[in-house]
Amino acid sequence: MAMNRNDIIKRLTEVFRDVFDDSSIVITDKTTSADIEDWDSIEHINLIGAVEDEFGLRFKMKEVSGMKNVGEMIDIISERGKR
Amino acid sequence: MKELSYPFDGKYLRRNRRKLRNALLSGTNQRIRKKIAVLGGSTADDVDLMLELFLLDAGIEPEFYVSEYNKFYEDAMFGNPELDSFKPDIIYIHTTCRNLTMVPESLSESPETVQNKLTEQFEVFKQMWIKLMQKFSCPIIQNNFEIPLCRPSGSYDGWGDAGKSAFINRLNVMMSDYARHNNGFYINDINYLSAAVGLKKWHNSEEWYLYKYAVSLEACPDLAFSVANIVKSVFGKNKKVIALDLDNTLWGGVIGDDGQEGIELGEETAVGESFRDFQRYLREYRSFGVLLTVCSKNDEENAVLGLNHPESQLKPVDFTLIKANWNSKDRNIEESADELNLLPESFVFVDDNPAECAIVSAQLPEVQTVNFQNVSEAMYKLSRSGFFEVTSLSADDLKRTEMYAANARRAAQRKSFESYSDYLLSLEMEAVIEDFRPVCLQRITQLTNKSNQFNLTTKRYTQQEMEEVSASSEHIRLYGRLADKFGDNGIVSVVIGCKKGRELHIELWLMSCRVLKRDMELAMLDELVRCCREAGIDRIIGYYYKTPKNSMVAELFGTLGFALTEKKENGDSVWCLETAGYINQNKVIEVNKEREKNYGNEQK
Repeated sequence: MAMNRNDIIKRLTEVFRDVFDDSSIVITDKTTSADIEDWDSIEHINLIGAVEDEFGLRFKMKEVSGMKNVGEMIDIISERGKR
Repeated sequence: MKELSYPFDGKYLRRNRRKLRNALLSGTNQRIRKKIAVLGGSTADDVDLMLELFLLDAGIEPEFYVSEYNKFYEDAMFGNPELDSFKPDIIYIHTTCRNLTMVPESLSESPETVQNKLTEQFEVFKQMWIKLMQKFSCPIIQNNFEIPLCRPSGSYDGWGDAGKSAFINRLNVMMSDYARHNNGFYINDINYLSAAVGLKKWHNSEEWYLYKYAVSLEACPDLAFSVANIVKSVFGKNKKVIALDLDNTLWGGVIGDDGQEGIELGEETAVGESFRDFQRYLREYRSFGVLLTVCSKNDEENAVLGLNHPESQLKPVDFTLIKANWNSKDRNIEESADELNLLPESFVFVDDNPAECAIVSAQLPEVQTVNFQNVSEAMYKLSRSGFFEVTSLSADDLKRTEMYAANARRAAQRKSFESYSDYLLSLEMEAVIEDFRPVCLQRITQLTNKSNQFNLTTKRYTQQEMEEVSASSEHIRLYGRLADKFGDNGIVSVVIGCKKGRELHIELWLMSCRVLKRDMELAMLDELVRCCREAGIDRIIGYYYKTPKNSMVAELFGTLGFALTEKKENGDSVWCLETAGYINQNKVIEVNKEREKNYGNEQK
């Protein structure tokens, strides 16, 4: 059964806040790397890793290079992520 | 910081890196700054970010140069203005089996072809090391190579003429040979590390394709920690002492209740065997100069009884100190540190009881504690923690435990003398104080990088910098070795002064705390003044740079007869001594006896 999107956003927000050490971060489906100052290529990799750890899944290579915004990330998590 | 001590949670560290970094940077602990060039055969940004955390935690604040992806070879061989002007204090070459270009491609390749490829591959790296060493004169850390995860021919890959793993293993042996013959060159053993982590976790080809990470995100903290341990060791941050609990740490059971026959130690039982092996393991640390002490809640009589168990691998004499009493363990560690003239931060405390470890951690946060469920865990934690990472091994290291035993005999003798000077005379001390010799340089550098207390300037030198000073005509250098009737203390003091006209400016003056209060500093000054007069120097300028650890020498220059010329607000001070009126002060140590004898013979 797919996970609840709100639950995912809650957990995902915590991951973002930890990775960027910024407790004011709020994410939406439309959030992209342009919205967060420190979101560069290195932090992108760390973020992907931390999201994988949090939700116990591995993104496919195509997904990593293809994700356009947080909404698409949530789509994948809701399909394959662990509670 | 507990989060950064082994065993750490790699996932937690990666996710909370920024938070941890900020916390470490805002901490008040004293930090030394070091420039680290990371030359990567893959993307190395993740490695330096993680390395930064571990180094900050050890009091080293790194500044990084990171080469562009896979530009390690170009950077080293052809230079690059950014790297050249960076002037690294240490270079880390982060290459992996992904960077090998000569690995056999087919099992049909002849042994000669493979041998040629091996030689050629090694030369590529060797030329790079030589070039870097010439250009930067700084320590180099080089990864050896890990085995690829997939082996088409199975185990044959590890032993066949043209096997890839076989090729890599042979290359690793060649690199180890090189390291043994070149000071300042260190291997980061990722062949071991990848096996310990598990090759399946170490390699993540998707992360390679996506990000050009040759070591997986998951294994990256382990890699960075391993590099950090070598850097820490090079810059003198190793621990020196293992303080051990007894009951259920060195044997099974409670000696006070069970008696010598009742404790479990030796081959009779599985548990007894594990404790015997743990004791043997600890002996290995002792063999390269780590001091062992006992820190146990026991009557001393019972502690000694347990250690004299016929199967005990560690006897009372193997311990530099035995603190078996009913005081709190943090107090015992502090007392042990005092008695050995060490700082509590040099101690690692091992106890099966988590409560005891927690108390020691709370009272003495600078002491690292090792808690365990079974002794195999204790062995593994000690091994992976990097507390005692060896980067150089001097003759003094191998003899250190004997030297401390001799100190105990000296202390016993001291009690039988009326006056302290009578006691000093009774030691029949002899010193050699002379200019640096090549054979002594390694020990001189090692001592320089770890002396904190009797150290006036706390200036640190890499091996290469020491070699430069050693060859310089601008400097006056002295090392001192002190022996007495109880034994040879080895090289215990170093002075380096820089000549400026008719003045000598003391850049470094340090002494090992194991020869405190033996008047060795007087003998060193006598000899320094003699050298200055020979070199036409009228005035010696001494500097005291205050650190949290060197208050014991704040007034040293004054007591030696220097005049204070400047006292700064931060506690630093400058002193001055005219060589003209100086009268020798040492009356208890015979200096350079052998040399004078030889000199006398030559004259005949």
